[in-house]
Amino acid sequence: MPLTLPRRGLFALEILFWIALAASFFVFPDRLYLLTQILIAALFAVSLDIALGYAGILTLGHAVFFGMGAYAAGLLAKAGWAEPLTGLALAFVLCGLVAYALSVMIVRAGELTQLMVTIAVGAIVVEIANQATPITGGSDGLQGISMWPVLGAFDFDLWGKTAFVYTFVVVLALFIVVRRMLQSPYGLALKGIHGNRKRMYALGSPVEGRLRFAYAASAAIAGVAGALLAQTTEFVGLDTLSIDRSAAVLIILVLGGTGRLYGGIVGAIVYMVVHDFFADLSPEFWMFWLGLFLMAIVMIGSGGILGGLSRLVRSERS
Amino acid sequence: MGIVVFDGLAFGALLFLISVGLSVTMGLMNFVNLAHGAFAMAGGYAASVVMNAYGFGFPAALLAGFVAGAVSGAAVEVLFVRRLYRSHPLEQVLFTIGLVFASIATATYFFGPTMQPFSIPPYLEGNFAFLGAELSRYRLFLIVVGVIVVAALVLGLDRTRFGAMIRAAVDNQRVARGCGINVDRLFLATFTLGCGLAGFGGALSLGMLTLNPIFPLKYMVYFLMVVCVGGAGTITGPFLAALIVGIGDVAGKYYVPQTGGFLIYLLMLALLLARPNGLVVKKGAR
Amino acid sequence: MARLAATLLASALFIGQAAAAEPLKLGFVAPMSGAQAEYGLQMMNGMKTYMAQNGDSVAGREVEIIVKDSGGPNPDVAKRLTQELIVRDKVDFLVGYGFSPNAFAAAPLATDSETPLIIFNAATSSIPTKSPFIARVSMTLAQHAYGIAKWANGEDIKTVYTLYADYAPGRDANAQFTKIFTEGGGEIVGEIGVPLSSPDFGPYMQRIKDAKPDAIFMWFPSGELANTMLKAYRARGLDDDGIVALGTSDLVDDNSLDSMGEDAVGLITAAHYSAAHDSELNKAFVKAYDEVSGGSPRPNFMGVAAYDGLAAIYHVTEELGGDVSDGKKVMELLTGLTFESPRGPIEISAEDRDIVQNIYIRETKDTGEGLYNIEFETMPMVVDPGKD
Repeated sequence: MPLTLPRRGLFALEILFWIALAASFFVFPDRLYLLTQILIAALFAVSLDIALGYAGILTLGHAVFFGMGAYAAGLLAKAGWAEPLTGLALAFVLCGLVAYALSVMIVRAGELTQLMVTIAVGAIVVEIANQATPITGGSDGLQGISMWPVLGAFDFDLWGKTAFVYTFVVVLALFIVVRRMLQSPYGLALKGIHGNRKRMYALGSPVEGRLRFAYAASAAIAGVAGALLAQTTEFVGLDTLSIDRSAAVLIILVLGGTGRLYGGIVGAIVYMVVHDFFADLSPEFWMFWLGLFLMAIVMIGSGGILGGLSRLVRSERS
Repeated sequence: MGIVVFDGLAFGALLFLISVGLSVTMGLMNFVNLAHGAFAMAGGYAASVVMNAYGFGFPAALLAGFVAGAVSGAAVEVLFVRRLYRSHPLEQVLFTIGLVFASIATATYFFGPTMQPFSIPPYLEGNFAFLGAELSRYRLFLIVVGVIVVAALVLGLDRTRFGAMIRAAVDNQRVARGCGINVDRLFLATFTLGCGLAGFGGALSLGMLTLNPIFPLKYMVYFLMVVCVGGAGTITGPFLAALIVGIGDVAGKYYVPQTGGFLIYLLMLALLLARPNGLVVKKGAR
Repeated sequence: MARLAATLLASALFIGQAAAAEPLKLGFVAPMSGAQAEYGLQMMNGMKTYMAQNGDSVAGREVEIIVKDSGGPNPDVAKRLTQELIVRDKVDFLVGYGFSPNAFAAAPLATDSETPLIIFNAATSSIPTKSPFIARVSMTLAQHAYGIAKWANGEDIKTVYTLYADYAPGRDANAQFTKIFTEGGGEIVGEIGVPLSSPDFGPYMQRIKDAKPDAIFMWFPSGELANTMLKAYRARGLDDDGIVALGTSDLVDDNSLDSMGEDAVGLITAAHYSAAHDSELNKAFVKAYDEVSGGSPRPNFMGVAAYDGLAAIYHVTEELGGDVSDGKKVMELLTGLTFESPRGPIEISAEDRDIVQNIYIRETKDTGEGLYNIEFETMPMVVDPGKD
């Protein structure tokens, strides 16, 4: 018998969740870099959720936008304008536009084809960045980024305090936007397309346009996540574009639970904490334990962590 | 020119041999098996151990590769995979990625991170002259084996009772059960076959690729490429795709080496956009 | 389990004898898992070897190594781990760093926190210029490429085809080789950058074979790429055509030489270290290393770099009587430091804290006890020629 929560309780739970995240600043003052990177991974996974969980676009190349955002922000800073918020805006716009253009190839294809097309595009983009060494620094990475203080007042410090607060605020703000978007009629239409595309065609819904917009929005947010990484680490490497990163964010999202808004965030927290724990325990063989952990999660139940929770706890309306 | 085509065919044959098992597990059985490379790696290590530690010959090593792939595949099927056939594909992705991680660490634990030594047996080493070109014996061997495996699988799946039962069970489990087919056992056998083929391919790859614990991740894109471009669930599709990719890759490297890493992916993209459901479409699929 | 017990025992002993002195903490960031796990293993064993020979405490402080896995080239991970080692573990030294991007990303943190950072491998020339707290005890790629190009100039080699992994280190090696070799009157008849993801190298070798150069210069990261490349070189019979194979130590890395078999025999390479280096110090080092590692693989250039890194750290800590809290003082002592290493004499340059060392020209030979790189020519105390 699942526990039932009143609807208002669910909202209170959300507020509590974010407060707890914010409070981690005081609880783990010497782990702020890890917390920052968890938040960035969470935002990246939420962006993937828009494409995968809501629009049903299977992609193993989302790091293309993450990395593109990172390089955009990094290059802007190197070019002489190191104001952080401008970097985020540039990444957002650039990735959104590029993704909108690329989406032609992707929205119509079947799942396996989507997977392979995104892998191929990802591989080509990595190679472009590798060849463009004079601009990107190639495999040595983009060095010499030095950000200006956030809002002209808060310098990025060795302890990562500014980085954490800055990232937290940006992630929260974007999350609220995404939440509104997905709970709007547009979000419902996306769910409809994911559930039964033919019926949505029959209803006269502009299916392809909606999917293309979802893909672009997803990429724009992934770009911001990448820009945050570039700004908080003041370095960009080719790995930001790599298929490894695309795969990692997919693992994070599926682990947390797709199509559930919070899946990406929960997945990022669990995955990165578990990873860090095992890597400290056994720097050489942590992959074994992490692998077992992932297998166990699948064997225990479907729908990731949130899927499992939703079978235990239910909100009133559903 | 001749040598480019020959080398391309051989590289394609190798791609086919290490990927065809995936067309069986993922294409035929609809199980998203990203751990294909883990079974191939099991085969590679088994072959290497049989040769280096026990001094057996190359044929025995190939057999050991097949057996190691098949046994590990059967074990994983019985323990886990049979409960996951009906799961969401993304769950299967998560599970098989977990399996890949665990297999990489396991291989590192037992064999260390360094690559495995391997030398091609003397009778397959070196080159022979043919129409003025110097062709490698090992590459010719790969082409021959590739053709034999294609023929055997096509005949086996199209012409035998076992093949008919597999096709029936995959298309409609309930009806197949109704006809008295033991679907569980059949799936076990098929999954075992797919993993055995992976192990066999892993053993064959020793002569051209290098084997270290990262193998399952490093070549994953190649496996997927061959199967998806060719048409999942078919045998001839991946064969055709592997040959095209192989020849394209080799020709690109020989004539326009400046294109570097782009070519193979551009080729894949073009093929996918031209034929989104694969070069050869599985019967009964859309 | 055994290691855990040993750690417990060691810490129990430590508490027993000298509770006053804090342990000397080394934060070790290196690839311990994944494709380049062997890098991390070599460094770890190199450090353990030094500690086995010289004791695991210095100036009364027990040496504690905190191991962090950076995986491959993951600058953001490396930076986070470095930051945590500084603020959380409060390490006295940062050591390791297998990949250049990881070192570049960590450099500003070393500067901000004034923590000395000793590079055990990352080989891009400019790394020590990125922070006054970085010293390098390994090598630079340019030193190797310089050595082999100079040697080729002195031989009867007029035309060379270059083949390199198409990413920053490969391009650097290629550029350096091309510069020195053409200045010396040689001619580059062609060059190919090979994508890292390429599994089949046959076609490149065929193209070079058809071009008929006097020699081929190859640069690939040590390990499997180098191995695959050599397989293709033999399979195409370039050696039968008399095309000499030139390279750097990455091609015939001691770590993987055993698994390469006959393919590697006859290669001419330039490097700063060979496990077969003929000196008493090296023989003792190899013997001690084999005891630590279990005999295989044997030490390579990364193992020896980590060994020398610890030697430098021990020396400085000794000099300062155990108080290494002032990073500036530590760096002052490190700069210009010279000592005898298993590879020969080395110096941490007083100019730029980079490594100055002998470069040896070697030929890979089957000695009957396996393949070894046998040194036959020495270029004394080569300063990194790769900085602009």
